[in-house]
Amino acid sequence: MANYLNQFLFGFYPYICLAVLAIGSILRFEHGQYSWRSGSSQLLRRKQLVMGSILFHVGILIIFFGHLVGLLTPIWVFDALGISHGAKQILAIVVGGFAGVMCFFGAVLLIHRRLFDARIRATSSFGDTTILLLLFAQLLLGLSTIFVSMQHLDGHEMVKFMSWAQRIFTFRGGAADFVADAHPIFKAHLFLGLTIFLVFPFTRLVHMLSAPIWYLNRRGYQLVRTKRRNPIGDNITPPAE
Amino acid sequence: MKIRAQISMILNLDKCIGCHTCSVTCKNVWTGREGVEYAWFNNVETKPGIGYPDDWEDQARWNGGWELKKNGKLQPKMGGKLGVLAKVFANPDLPEIDDYYEPFTFDYEHLQKAPEMKATPTARPRSMITGERMEKINKGPNWEEILGGEFSKRSKDYNFEDVEKEIYGQFENTFMMYLPRLCEHCLNPACVAVCPSGAIYKREEDGVVLIDQNKCRGWRMCISGCPYKKIYYNWSSGKSEKCTLCYPRLEAGQPTVCSETCVGRIRYLGVVLYDADRIEEAASAEKETDLYESHLNIFLDPNDPEVQRQARADGVPDTWLESAKKSPIWKMAMEWKIAFPLHPEYRTLPMVWYVPPLSPIQSMAQAGAFGEKGAMPNVRDLRIPLKYLANLLTAGDEEPVARALEKLIAMRAYMRSKSYEGAEDASIPGKVGMTPEQIDEMYQLMAIANYEDRFVIPTTHREYAEDAYGIRNDCGFSFGEGCGEPKQAVEWTGLFAKNPSNEKV
Repeated sequence: MANYLNQFLFGFYPYICLAVLAIGSILRFEHGQYSWRSGSSQLLRRKQLVMGSILFHVGILIIFFGHLVGLLTPIWVFDALGISHGAKQILAIVVGGFAGVMCFFGAVLLIHRRLFDARIRATSSFGDTTILLLLFAQLLLGLSTIFVSMQHLDGHEMVKFMSWAQRIFTFRGGAADFVADAHPIFKAHLFLGLTIFLVFPFTRLVHMLSAPIWYLNRRGYQLVRTKRRNPIGDNITPPAE
Repeated sequence: MKIRAQISMILNLDKCIGCHTCSVTCKNVWTGREGVEYAWFNNVETKPGIGYPDDWEDQARWNGGWELKKNGKLQPKMGGKLGVLAKVFANPDLPEIDDYYEPFTFDYEHLQKAPEMKATPTARPRSMITGERMEKINKGPNWEEILGGEFSKRSKDYNFEDVEKEIYGQFENTFMMYLPRLCEHCLNPACVAVCPSGAIYKREEDGVVLIDQNKCRGWRMCISGCPYKKIYYNWSSGKSEKCTLCYPRLEAGQPTVCSETCVGRIRYLGVVLYDADRIEEAASAEKETDLYESHLNIFLDPNDPEVQRQARADGVPDTWLESAKKSPIWKMAMEWKIAFPLHPEYRTLPMVWYVPPLSPIQSMAQAGAFGEKGAMPNVRDLRIPLKYLANLLTAGDEEPVARALEKLIAMRAYMRSKSYEGAEDASIPGKVGMTPEQIDEMYQLMAIANYEDRFVIPTTHREYAEDAYGIRNDCGFSFGEGCGEPKQAVEWTGLFAKNPSNEKV
């Protein structure tokens, strides 16, 4: 039974979550784009947001990209670069820990604001509050894994998680076996992380898919749109069809 | 040269009586929804005052508009592209809703349902955000109406720069004017420039600046970027919204709601042609006081055959060229030069222009009136300080405003001599550089102000731009809840019923 549960949670559940994430996001973008926004509440209350939001976002972005690079880069790349598994783990603990603490203080400010500021509370949806609390719980789990990791600094456990993630992403079987004997805190962290993927398309988190980095690429500053089919030279002569 | 046409607006402040009909009709049509109760796409301010939202004109505080960098390049005052993106997590230049006002309603229902009591029941205020009781309303959409509030607060008005303002706090010297404000539909809009999603755009056909509600992600940079603070964040939908210049009406050849309902007939709408290739150059004039001139210079004479030929080549429809010839905007702003852009120093090249208001002459004896000698009264002796108007309309350059005011006075004097005194004083028009025919035309347009003269709006030729067959039975704009009425639509439950959307369980 425990074996089946392990296989389901870390072998199949990831695919359910990723499928819902991808299909759900596409459907929402196509059919309900009006609801696709960051959902900023800065207009209603500036207090606690400036510090909270910056700490939270900067922290969580470091953590996100740390996980992305750390889990999905093939291990031979690190071997080729001459970075030992132990050193990689130490790096992950230090950078992740630092960003995690930053994110922690940001999240505390934001949660306090969301739950106890009358304006923010009154205008929050169930999803707004839930996703913030979910992220906070995931952050606490992630920070507490540091204490487990400190017990074994040779990078051995970490390589297991990398193998798990890479097998999932490359559709190879047996991924769940890698994490079967991981510490319960790690398992809880993995499970909650996958669950956040699952609920992603139904929350305001979708705004991260629209991170406006393309703005840097815009030529000049101005944008003009036209409805004319042939904007130049076609002087309202109806098109011959 | 790339010629584009734009529907532009002029407001004759000399005739504005501050009745707020424009604001109220606009509100009824566009912003009677949860999330934008506090937003007024059109509002009327009493000047001098700090306005709505607080201090909106003070760009040292809000960082709206553009600034000219040392290398002569324009950059949004809130920062270049990286600078804008750096403000995405928390925008230090964003006003809080208290800088506008916390939207409120009153417990009207209590008036009907109160039990028998010793004191008369009252309708107490309630916040429309939290639904909770508000002990005191300390700001509203028109808090400084007719010089409400202390002079010490009102005189923080940015337009008092270089004006000895203390004397205007005294009752005998006090002055006021109304300033109706809406989106300027600028040629060089800063809101478009700072929108990282690319959701805000200017329409090529008629110059209307719109926010694509589906593409807006609520990064809220536009609210700071716009120096006129005429983009509002809908706190319910998480999207920015703004004046649309009532484009569905314009496309059908009708004036905007604010213009249509203006009881003072102060608003004018018409087509102007401009050279789109010279926008940047015009907005980059080195001296702020040159911006009014450089802005004027990019408009093109609709009666010039060469302009017409090029405009046709650039896709401006013939009906639009015909309207441009009859445009009240061209006559007032470019030919007679009696209308001015609001705060040209923001470098956005605004397209809603204003005729400055006349005011009583402070001292008849000193000023000299139209008498036997036919002398012009000195416009510097008008009750509203010339410098104040210049700070509002020409970045502080008093000369153009003075000449415009003189023309307005001359029109009155000439028409009085003609129709009342029975002896036409043909010398008057020449004193202000105009011909009697021009004055007659000006009188017709500004004093008589017939509907068809005020609004010369060609219809949009959408039939050639859109395949109507393809969009039949289509869903118009929706709030993402399918076609038809939004689910949160308020049901009509009687005049004094509480708004159901504000009820918090």
